[in-house]
Amino acid sequence: MVLDARDITRALTRISHEILERNKGADDLVLLGIPSRGVPLAERIAERIASVEGYDVPVGSLDVTMYRDDLRMKPARALLPTKLPPGGIDGRTVVLVDDVLFSGRTIRAALDALNDIGRPRAVRLAVLVDRGHRELPIRADFVGKNLPTSLVERVKVTLAGVDDADAVTIFGEVAS
Amino acid sequence: MKRHLLSAGDLTRDDAELILSTAAELRELADRPIKKLPALRGRTVVNLFFEDSTRTRISFEAAAKRLSADVINFAAKGSSLSKGESLKDTALTLEAMGADAVVVRHGASGAPHLLANSGWVRSSVVNAGDGTHEHPTQALLDAFTMWRHLGESKPGGLEGRRIAIVGDVLHSRVARSNALLLNTLGAEVTLVAPPTLMPVGIESWPVQTSYDLDTVIPKADAVMMLRVQRERMQGGFFPTAREYSRRYGLDGRRMATLQDHTIVMHPGPMVRGMEITADVADSSRSVIVEQVTNGVAVRMAVLYLLLGGSEPAVGGEE
Amino acid sequence: MSTTYLIKNVRVLGGEPTDLLLRDGVIADLGGRAASASERIETIDATGLIALPGLVDLHTHLREPGREDAETVETGTRAAAMGGFTAVHAMANTEPVADTAGVVEQVWRLGREAGFCDVYPVGAVTVGLQGEKLAELGAMADSAARVRVFSDDGKCVSDAVLMRRALEYVKAFDGVIAQHAQEPRLTEGAQMNEGELSGKLGLTGWPAVAEEAIIARDCLLAAHVGSRLHVCHVSTAGSVEIVRDAKRKGWDVTAEACPHHLILTDELAATYDPIYKVNPPLRTAADVEALRAGLADGTIDIVATDHAPHPHEDKDCEWAAAAFGMLGLETALSIVQATMVDPGLLDWAGVAERMSFAPARIGRVADHGRPIEVGEPANVVLYDPAARRTVDPTESASLSRNTPYRGMELPGRVVATFLRGRPTVLDGALV
Repeated sequence: MVLDARDITRALTRISHEILERNKGADDLVLLGIPSRGVPLAERIAERIASVEGYDVPVGSLDVTMYRDDLRMKPARALLPTKLPPGGIDGRTVVLVDDVLFSGRTIRAALDALNDIGRPRAVRLAVLVDRGHRELPIRADFVGKNLPTSLVERVKVTLAGVDDADAVTIFGEVAS
Repeated sequence: MKRHLLSAGDLTRDDAELILSTAAELRELADRPIKKLPALRGRTVVNLFFEDSTRTRISFEAAAKRLSADVINFAAKGSSLSKGESLKDTALTLEAMGADAVVVRHGASGAPHLLANSGWVRSSVVNAGDGTHEHPTQALLDAFTMWRHLGESKPGGLEGRRIAIVGDVLHSRVARSNALLLNTLGAEVTLVAPPTLMPVGIESWPVQTSYDLDTVIPKADAVMMLRVQRERMQGGFFPTAREYSRRYGLDGRRMATLQDHTIVMHPGPMVRGMEITADVADSSRSVIVEQVTNGVAVRMAVLYLLLGGSEPAVGGEE
Repeated sequence: MSTTYLIKNVRVLGGEPTDLLLRDGVIADLGGRAASASERIETIDATGLIALPGLVDLHTHLREPGREDAETVETGTRAAAMGGFTAVHAMANTEPVADTAGVVEQVWRLGREAGFCDVYPVGAVTVGLQGEKLAELGAMADSAARVRVFSDDGKCVSDAVLMRRALEYVKAFDGVIAQHAQEPRLTEGAQMNEGELSGKLGLTGWPAVAEEAIIARDCLLAAHVGSRLHVCHVSTAGSVEIVRDAKRKGWDVTAEACPHHLILTDELAATYDPIYKVNPPLRTAADVEALRAGLADGTIDIVATDHAPHPHEDKDCEWAAAAFGMLGLETALSIVQATMVDPGLLDWAGVAERMSFAPARIGRVADHGRPIEVGEPANVVLYDPAARRTVDPTESASLSRNTPYRGMELPGRVVATFLRGRPTVLDGALV
């Protein structure tokens, strides 16, 4: 285990503050979690922003399944929910939230998906873990923890509510 | 390998629930400014219609286009039964064009089955209505509509819900597919028709039957009226349209006996005044227009799950 | 001078091994050594083989004239010989219909020219099979073809008055009406047996009652006017019961069952493969059982093939658009062995009765269906009941390929067929 529950809480608090600083407040912010674990992360960030600013940032989810570049490489997958906040995303600053940033392909798909649902003023990216090995020119604006990994390793994020408890764990070749 | 959707009976409960939950996500698309998803980019869907059915064809066409598939409409009306060979020749032509899916509507029961098993085409075959046999995507959109109004949060959960399907069961592919699918989803189906319009051997279907509409509908959670073609009168299945309407039509008086939450459905096209009166069709209980909207979402789900990945995720074997 | 054949160690009708000498078109000796040293004799070692009288089919479609793309008299009689038949009755539903002396004589002559088996044309009961007006039955009876069996097969003589007149009229020349029992109004658009499955498959049902109602009516008519009635392709348990009852009353009614109705059931329609589309349709397992029992106890007098060739395109299409009918000549004996002999319902003498003696009697054919005895015409088939074969449609001698038994392993094999002492089939191949 490389991050425990308290590490994750601290990281999300820091990200929340960084988002507010960068955006100069919570106005016009929209948080879109990428299912499945990006969604509870986005909700937790929104809670922290609400406790700091006293303002409820709209939270939604953005499924990227149909935009993935490996769609045809596996049997057709079940879709995950896309829920846009009632105010939409046009003219807003959208912060995409995901658990792990790796090749960058998921975020590329997310940017394409966003393109089909509206025109944000700006798009930012927040991730709990950046494990490196990018295959596309994409970087995160807000990172909970940079985690240098080897390609044969696997990073697993569990979150209370979805899973048993909060944790980020690296599995080696043998464990996988 | 799962490749085709020929019969509602081919769908397991898992298959049906996956289609319905996928349709639920895709239905949201209708409310977005850009009603388009890229999942089937580069795939070709052929609508092969040997029978006139503008609404079903348009529904499949919209579904395929919203998933970015290329759509070819092939209307081969009039050549269905008179010259059977045309199905084969048409199929070979489509195969040569490289169709990934063939959506087929045909007047002969079993024509999609034949297309899928003949070796004429390698593409997926989706049955869009064959003769008096089946219409599985209609059953899926009906189940989807019922689920949205009556179901639990779980996809497709229609456990214990009572569905009355009323009318020309004998000639109805909608009734056959619905009986199979709704049974799979745990609903209790009662088919209501005059004895002359009940198929022989219906005792073996997973349904109850009744000749008396008035005793069935007060208990129903959904009442689905089937189209009755006036030609059936020539066949002597019932004496007059008026007598049929009186005994098996849904009018305001009968509607008043329904439970508050009960919805009224019709696969269309309606014969107003025959099986359903205008005040019922246009009432707040009627979900007939919504069925059409849901049809696009359900057909998108079917096409996506058959064609979106490296191999289909639902459907019949072979 | 024709070759003399000495068939050694053959089991006549499945009896003890003996020798059979065929000379000059007749059975010259049985068990003895009547061959003279001077003549040229071909000896056939028939150890393990059964000798049956040449089979007689009362119900064959040879399609000529008119549908020579499906079958000709020549190809159809080749298939017949391969199946052990030495005589076939060619149904009248050709184009033109065999409703005049001219057409039946043409078919008869084509059969003689082909030479693989004797062809007895069946005359149409009504002009053009239209069911409106009697055809010239007497002219056909008096023609060179000497027609004795009349049938509108493919269509039912549904008009009760017309049927009565036909039954009466043919008494003048000892003819018989072979009825295709199908009430037309009850079977409009019918595609398969009406039952549980037809409802599920959405194929229009062909109810058993449509057959049984006509058979019951015709039995009563035949009794009333004192005529002979033959019922084609009995397919339901109810029909067997009606015929059994008619025979019990002493009425002159005979009936046939087709091989496919003895082995295949309506479940095959679920494939939507029109190779299984036939009229009357394949019925339920209970009907199959009743037919076998009826054939065993003699209620059903004969097995007739209803060999119905169709070109590929008429079967390579949607069920509803496809033609009715299936091949039968080359597989009939194997099906009878599998369904009747092997389960112990019929012995080989019984097979000879159902597939040779009785059909010849019903058709009033003098030179076929004779016992295997000295002095009788040398129409003999040698059959190996121990052989097994897998049906390959491409090997069929018929011009068509629409056998429902493709890929099935069937028992038995026709080794040789002799027509008046001359082999039409030897070593399992046409001569």
